[in-house]
Amino acid sequence: MVDNLLEIRDLAVEFGTDIGTTYALREVSFDVPRGKITAIVGESGSGKSVTANCIMRLIQSPGRITGGQIHFSPNDVTAYDIAALPDKDPRLLDLRGGSVSMVFQEPMTALSPVYTVGNQVAEAILCHRKVSKEEAFEEAADMLRRVGIDDVGRRIHQYPFEFSGGMRQRVVIAMALVCHPQLLICDEPTTALDVTIQAEILTLIRDLQKDLNNSVLFITHDLGVVAQMADQVVVMYQGRVLEVGSVRQVLKTPVHPYTRGLLAAIPGLATKGERLATIASVVGDADLITPHPLVTLADGRQVSLPSDQLAALELANG
Amino acid sequence: MADPLLEVTGLYKSFDGATAVDNVSFTVSESETLGIVGESGSGKTTLARCVLRAIDPDQGIVRFRTYDGEWTKLHDKTDDELIPLRQQMQMVFQDPFSSLNPRMTVQEILEEPLIIHGIGDRSSRRVEVLDILAKVQLDQDSLTRYPHAFSGGQRQRIGIARALILRPKLVVCDESVSALDVSVQAQIINLLEDLQEEFGLTYLFVAHDLSVVHHICDRILVMHQGRVVEQGTVQEVFENPKEDYTRLLLSAIPSPDPDEPLNPLDRKSLGL
Repeated sequence: MVDNLLEIRDLAVEFGTDIGTTYALREVSFDVPRGKITAIVGESGSGKSVTANCIMRLIQSPGRITGGQIHFSPNDVTAYDIAALPDKDPRLLDLRGGSVSMVFQEPMTALSPVYTVGNQVAEAILCHRKVSKEEAFEEAADMLRRVGIDDVGRRIHQYPFEFSGGMRQRVVIAMALVCHPQLLICDEPTTALDVTIQAEILTLIRDLQKDLNNSVLFITHDLGVVAQMADQVVVMYQGRVLEVGSVRQVLKTPVHPYTRGLLAAIPGLATKGERLATIASVVGDADLITPHPLVTLADGRQVSLPSDQLAALELANG
Repeated sequence: MADPLLEVTGLYKSFDGATAVDNVSFTVSESETLGIVGESGSGKTTLARCVLRAIDPDQGIVRFRTYDGEWTKLHDKTDDELIPLRQQMQMVFQDPFSSLNPRMTVQEILEEPLIIHGIGDRSSRRVEVLDILAKVQLDQDSLTRYPHAFSGGQRQRIGIARALILRPKLVVCDESVSALDVSVQAQIINLLEDLQEEFGLTYLFVAHDLSVVHHICDRILVMHQGRVVEQGTVQEVFENPKEDYTRLLLSAIPSPDPDEPLNPLDRKSLGL
């Protein structure tokens, strides 16, 4: 059995606009291992959310996937390439909200304001499995309890506006997990929340991942969140993958200048009274635009660098 | 210690019976950065707005030392009396997209405050605009362009230039770097610090990101449910927090070091 749930290879996405073509993703390749949390980190426009939307096949015109594969190997069915499925393939219906589901940044926009939360969580079950409405509501109630909603008997009949931001995000997580997805994609799930609520939601996602042993793809721009959540990290910049490695490799001994720049730009306890490093000041005149292939180093991490810098690295690593 | 610039005593503000700011008192010294931190709903933005009289407080005294060194009371001024004072206290907002008028060019955006306050003529205003533009490190060609042509970080520079063109003493930054990517955020933080030194600015820095606050502020007010629960220098508050609520906030910051696991305190067991 392959131990990667998802293997993305050379994925390319373009958006055709009146003023020319935007290459949103270029040769994006990385794996999402089973039972682990993989984080994609990058700034706005780096392609993190486009990558997530490709996995759900949610890229809409004028965008399109122009190349590459997304090999998906779920436990129960034969592996297939998500990128190659025709738009009407029934497997896409199973995939969306079934074997892969998503938690978004804004819980208020992810929830419908005109249905009760119980309705919305149960709907996910009713879409994917043949169960009665009563059973679906019972399962929904169990899931809501599991994500830490108190007094579920009453709360299940309430509407999203009656919940706080953190509680709403718990409902969205319940909705995403209720069909036991093999992959949970979290797209900036805590960016809109207070730091205290963020800590609660991060703990919840981590605990549920351990319990359910599913894979999580966690998209964020916050390296603090990455450090606390991820087993593996993918660093993206302008539609390309620059560095992939374990959380310790990437955050403690980053090799790509861009990763080092991102880390140096965080205001931390050590930076008091000093100027913050910016990407430009760390990267210097290094060229981040010319694409280089991802090369696997001796320690197992992958990095995209010009060949002279690679040679210097490998010398340094012996 | 520098001379005080702003003194707030016993400030109250409620909306329809809900108390947003509850008996808040503090002092800000000249050229100092005072951070106001707390969760959403803690009253930090309302407090900042009451100080500037963007909204009217229900009770309390706000005293401000003007250019000429005289103390003036802000809380009992009429709107007309406040206009000349507004030159000396300006605001930089959170969202660089909604805080700039999309139908005005950068030239118009930056010139407008000078026109409102009747400062200079066309040509002298042009000089001022070019000067402040250079200070926030934007090109001259920016002047004829509209906000949509700029990135988030560049727009925030325009917002800062608009606030500083009147040469204020006090600048309220309400979550001014929260909407920015970390690398852009670092540039804007550096810019705010440079400008503070150059113009001797005093910042009221409202933010929820405690690592940013730790970096940029000299002193902090921690707000919870409209009240100031703790205040002190950044070192005192971060290294030796006295209140449970402050400890709760600090424990929730995710460290970028994977070997320092997140271990947030439990709100319920603290009784908060």
